[in-house]
Amino acid sequence: MLIWVLRVCATLSGAIIILILAFLVLESLPALRHAGLAGFFTDASWHPTENLFNLLPMLWGTVLAMTGAVLIATPLGILSAVFCHYYAPPVIARQYRRLIELLAGIPSVVYGFWGLVVLVPLIGRLHPPGPSLLAGVIILAIMILPTIALMADAALANVPVQYLRGAHALGLSRWATVRGVVFPAARSGLYTGVILGAGRAVGETMAVLMVCGNVVQMPVSLFDPVRTLTANIALEMAYALGDHRSALFVSGLVLMALILVLVAAAERFAQNHIHV
Amino acid sequence: MRLRHVLLAAIVAALSGCSSDEDETSIVLTGSSTIAPLASELGKRFEALHPRVRVDVQTGGSSRGIADARSELADLGMASRALYEDEHDLKAYTIAYDGVGIIVHRDNPVRKLTDKQISGIYTGEIANWNEVGGRDAPITVVNKAEGRSTLELFLEYFTLESSDIEADVVIGDNEQGIKTVAGNPDSIGYVSIGTAEYDAGQGVPIKLLPLSGVDASTANVRNGTFPLSRPLNLVKKTRPQGWVRRFVDFARSPAARNIVTSQFFVPIAQ
Repeated sequence: MLIWVLRVCATLSGAIIILILAFLVLESLPALRHAGLAGFFTDASWHPTENLFNLLPMLWGTVLAMTGAVLIATPLGILSAVFCHYYAPPVIARQYRRLIELLAGIPSVVYGFWGLVVLVPLIGRLHPPGPSLLAGVIILAIMILPTIALMADAALANVPVQYLRGAHALGLSRWATVRGVVFPAARSGLYTGVILGAGRAVGETMAVLMVCGNVVQMPVSLFDPVRTLTANIALEMAYALGDHRSALFVSGLVLMALILVLVAAAERFAQNHIHV
Repeated sequence: MRLRHVLLAAIVAALSGCSSDEDETSIVLTGSSTIAPLASELGKRFEALHPRVRVDVQTGGSSRGIADARSELADLGMASRALYEDEHDLKAYTIAYDGVGIIVHRDNPVRKLTDKQISGIYTGEIANWNEVGGRDAPITVVNKAEGRSTLELFLEYFTLESSDIEADVVIGDNEQGIKTVAGNPDSIGYVSIGTAEYDAGQGVPIKLLPLSGVDASTANVRNGTFPLSRPLNLVKKTRPQGWVRRFVDFARSPAARNIVTSQFFVPIAQ
């Protein structure tokens, strides 16, 4: 009996993913047929009502915003977890963990709103116009920081206590233990946290839409506005018709491909359970 | 043989049962994607008032609305413009007006811009406020995302193509545009007049610029003097009868007013 319940549950969850994929492909077909897959990467610009569908600047926008956020949030997240585990007094560590958990629970639109009314005008005073890749990177970094910190925290907690005792017996300093023993042992968990954070950064829509400026262009500096693939769908779906609508589904498909790459990477790191 | 007769009789009875229920009707509207969201909101309210009526809204552009009204494929066509000379065989019922106003930050010393200056700013020929009598600061051009009806109306009025515009910020809805302009003293944008007027009244630091000497206000949109505006029409070949007439009357009645304003359009004068 139980086995059948389990089978039905598994089939349902699997079927949902397959259905979504099939739906995405089906809805993308009209645009793919008219413009050709190459058109989405070689057209002169993104002006879907004039039948120009270049997604490349937005793919770059997504990748750059994600990379920037990961570069900022990874050291912050991992080092804060290290602080929590090996340096902070237990009372502070507990409160600190609570705070990070709270940070993880704040809805993204709150970050976006804060970014729009505080961060963007601030950047605008520094270097107009204000809504920019930099604003997106900062907001995303704040958003994925708790994900990375909590995953790193869990990974550090999983390091066998014998390792630490061994390091202690060898007379290693605390930092040397962290660097030479804890990091290699917890490596796969740390990587997984970073990739989960990256996935969240790629998928984020509202906050990015509010602070990035959404101009479709290759950014030359951090102060240039960019549009991400997710923002593109959210901005234009309400009024898109025909091929334009279909082209937005292609944006979704490209986004799925990007996530697929991230998941594959996560899988690879998760398999590396070698404790050096 | 007898069984077949019984079946036939049953089918006939079932069919006549359907058609005898005369109150069960649907009203089909097709046309402008600008009016469609408003029409479907009006439809929902109308369905709630008259549970036996279904209101079916389909988009496809104002030209489809005109064509479907003429061929009577749809009960009502939706056209987000006034009727042309050769379309006066149709009857148009204005249910609301759509007006687009140019907004800048309240602290911006610029009091007015000519049409040529505005299109110059949006195409990137004018990049600094001091070229149009303002202070020395680069202009932040706020544009709407592709497909939005405000963008369409704006482009049509200034005879621009979407690809001509050099934007610094692209926004989705009106509120986001207003927040962006309010947060950047050197920006310029355009939004639905209804929303901008309301927000400016609530103390948001923006101001609406006049166009060709006409103040951007809902009053001027309603009386037709403001140039960057258009009527939202329901069109029909013959004088509407029955439920269709009741729907048109409802859409133009004071009861529909709050639906019209909630969609950022300007209600017609009562």
